[in-house]
Amino acid sequence: MCGIVGLFLKDQALRPNLGAMVSPMLIGMGDRGRDSAGLAVYRDPAPPGSIKMTLRRVDGDEDWENLKVELAAGLGISVSGTEFDDHLLLRAATDAETVRDWLKNNRPEVRVVGAGQKIEIFKKAGRPEDIVARYGLDGLDGSHAVGHTRMATESAVTTQHSHPFSTGLDLCLVHNGSLSNHNRLRRWLMRHDIEFETDNDTEVAAGYITYRMRQGATLEEALEAALVDLDGFYTFAVGTADGFAVLRDPVACKPAVMAETDGWVAMASEFRSIAHLPGANDAHIWEPVPATVYTWGHA
Amino acid sequence: MRDVVANIDLSETSVRDLNARLHAVAPDTNDKSFSVLNPNGAHAIAAGLTEALHVGIEGHVGYYCAGMNQEAVVEIHGNAGTGVAENIMSGEVRVHGNASQSAGASGHGGLVVIGGDASARCGISMKGVDIVVGGSVGHMSAFMAQAGYLVVRGDAGHDLGDSIYEAVLYIAGKVESLGSDCVEKDMTDAHKATLTHLLRRAGMDADANGFRRFGSARTLYNFKIDNAGQY
Amino acid sequence: MPDNTDPKDPRLIRGSASFPPDVIGEIQRAAREGIYEIRGFGAKRHVPSFDDLVFLGASMSRYPLEGYREACDTDVTIGGRFAKKPVELKIPITIAGMSFGALGVNAKTSLGRAATEMGTSTTTGDGGMTNEEREASATLIYQVLPSRYGMNPDDLRRADAIEVVVGQGAKPGGGGMLLGLKMNERVAAMRTLPKDIDQRSACRHPDWTGPDDLAIKITELREITDWEKPIYIKIGASRTYYDTMLSIKAGADAIVLDGMQGGTAATQDVFIEHAGIPTLPAVRQAVEALQEMDMHRTVRLIVSGGIRSGADVAKALALGADAVSIGTAALIALNCNAPIHVEDYAALGTEPGSCHHCHTGRCPVGVATQDPDLEARLDVDAATRRVRNYLATMVLEAQTLARACGKSHLLNLEPEDLAALTIEAAAMAGVPLAGTDWIPGKS
Repeated sequence: MCGIVGLFLKDQALRPNLGAMVSPMLIGMGDRGRDSAGLAVYRDPAPPGSIKMTLRRVDGDEDWENLKVELAAGLGISVSGTEFDDHLLLRAATDAETVRDWLKNNRPEVRVVGAGQKIEIFKKAGRPEDIVARYGLDGLDGSHAVGHTRMATESAVTTQHSHPFSTGLDLCLVHNGSLSNHNRLRRWLMRHDIEFETDNDTEVAAGYITYRMRQGATLEEALEAALVDLDGFYTFAVGTADGFAVLRDPVACKPAVMAETDGWVAMASEFRSIAHLPGANDAHIWEPVPATVYTWGHA
Repeated sequence: MRDVVANIDLSETSVRDLNARLHAVAPDTNDKSFSVLNPNGAHAIAAGLTEALHVGIEGHVGYYCAGMNQEAVVEIHGNAGTGVAENIMSGEVRVHGNASQSAGASGHGGLVVIGGDASARCGISMKGVDIVVGGSVGHMSAFMAQAGYLVVRGDAGHDLGDSIYEAVLYIAGKVESLGSDCVEKDMTDAHKATLTHLLRRAGMDADANGFRRFGSARTLYNFKIDNAGQY
Repeated sequence: MPDNTDPKDPRLIRGSASFPPDVIGEIQRAAREGIYEIRGFGAKRHVPSFDDLVFLGASMSRYPLEGYREACDTDVTIGGRFAKKPVELKIPITIAGMSFGALGVNAKTSLGRAATEMGTSTTTGDGGMTNEEREASATLIYQVLPSRYGMNPDDLRRADAIEVVVGQGAKPGGGGMLLGLKMNERVAAMRTLPKDIDQRSACRHPDWTGPDDLAIKITELREITDWEKPIYIKIGASRTYYDTMLSIKAGADAIVLDGMQGGTAATQDVFIEHAGIPTLPAVRQAVEALQEMDMHRTVRLIVSGGIRSGADVAKALALGADAVSIGTAALIALNCNAPIHVEDYAALGTEPGSCHHCHTGRCPVGVATQDPDLEARLDVDAATRRVRNYLATMVLEAQTLARACGKSHLLNLEPEDLAALTIEAAAMAGVPLAGTDWIPGKS
């Protein structure tokens, strides 16, 4: 069980403040989930032909400098990266698959947390205020962000089990609720080439979206299919390169509040996390209707 | 218009201190008006009141505002989160904006007025409260509603009155679908009079003629083989 | 023609393990009635239980305590985590939640008076609090259930603790049930239902789902009662390890854990027999979760579901529970299944020792009924005495075993005081198989 937040800036002038606006949203959901927290931020696009990947080690410290040097040499490409505590934000002049293959062969303990042109994902076990401080999230700029605070229900409290789960390039998923048929679905997805790191139900939802989109579905179509194939209680927020999507299951017991002004669109499990945003008190506030896909994006 | 006795600012005071102060108001005092500022979505504001206070809340509240209210009049000048006025026993709770799900849940008495829309499960398990909604209500409203009135000037979502007992529902707009054992019933002059009275208490100007009445078909009151599909 | 002078050729009269007489009878009943069977009482089939554990009494390396002046204390305090007014129990045995409606006034009153005499608590059920029970019980726990029948803040405030019911062992995931015969005028009025109907109840709470929203609900309950009362969360045993962790995270002062043997006054037979895990493994899982979160003895664990004797009490405490709760056993002490009014058992199609007909409202001994003539058969003073005696006996039994293990307080019992008689019990309880070091799955 958990808290989820999403913020999409319609007004470009607000972009330098994305981190400052979304960090209190994340911290506000700390009571709903004290086990771990994570934020996906969309910002600073990589140029065509390049990729951004957020990396972290499963355990222990990684010598990121060394990794960058070896990767550059091994692939014969230019590589740069910024360290954010135990995460490395890598930029490489190649595609994600190539980097993943290199990592599998040369650094199997390093995990790809997120990959794409714009996405950066930071997540860790711990309280949201600690995660904000650790990764300097409140200082980041960007166009939109999706975040999560976790109260672990049936799987372990580890960073790997934290949300957002990255489902594909520039795609991520956060979830409040509890799925009920994810175990068999996981086994089916594994037979269809989706890889899982955990026994977490949300990872299955993320893997399912990835599978559908690999089969050619748009995000909306994948979420419509999820309504049929996933069982249980959920509010999902999905981050994409250009915006985000929200979906509630047909029974809709888990909360979801949306708010919109001329400057931004926000989503949270409780209004409390929206209350501090500029103009929140006069915003158009509503609740997403069950079994309906909502999307917002840049034109 | 009442003289406001006390402003309490939740950006400076905790909800605990606010509620402790409201719970401590003596029955025989005249100082019974309060204005709560900067609620910012906090939970359980003005929960468990027992005296005929007037509490005005300036802004949006979180879950369970005015939960289990007795006697007091609580006005929310904003939106309300899940379970506003849940289990209300008496008194009034008025939400000027919209209400989230389970508004008035299991309420036993008193009046709940939602100026805007209420969400899913409005009046779920209601046990005698009267709820008047200026806008629409979401799915599963009046689920297992046992007693009291639910009046909706807008539309009702899917499965209205699912498994309803003896509560009476007056809906002006369209009903997406009816729940198990909930059926449309006739509107007599007596019903219209009751409805008019409810609307007046809610301070709403609406014509009872525009409403339809819904209630229990009572086919589920004793377990019968042939109703198995409804379960 | 076969030469068959013996009319009972055993080859021709073979029972089936898959389709024994009671299963055949049930299929035929379902074919007649077209609906599931509803009954009272807990799971009747055999499951691994405390019977499969034994205590390792004193020997050369451990020394026993004498009775009398060498005390074996029995007190436990519940609610230290958040509540201003914790619940103090003199004995670690409480009376579980059973509704007025399921039981009659005399039964509830007798249970309350007996509990008061012994310095322990009773619990309301799925129908609300009666004045009789509040007066009879010095310590009364008030349940908040999905149905919210009779829920009101005055009763919240006059309770000594609040128990949020997520589920019960007989039907984890199911709601309350009361059939028309027991829905008399008073019960119906308390529940705001029409008289004589079969009650349908919700299985989820109306205004929260999930531990994250339960945490907010608990805060509301604390606000309404000015943070005075301990909050218990009651769960039926299923995914106990996670449920315990989540109850702690949701803010509980105590967790009431009801194993699959837990009783009911009216539930579908399939639910009773085929859902939930036995009390034995559930206790162990709950204690593991409490210890991992460093909350053992801070968040109290009260265990129910098939507690029958002081041996069961001692074993539950040895596994790490802080107290136990009795339901079915308390009713039996009242007179449930007593061999009296035998003709009325027969009229129900049953006999003393087998009766599970609480759902009919025709309880032959006047315990689980609203019928005044039947209720008159339960004399409150005598019944109070019986329950008091039974509670006292269980305490003495538990102390006997604890003293034999050298314990000056019942809560000093620990798993290492136990051995298991079967492999299943060893695995479930996390206790070695007697005569070995073997805990299946662990060593």
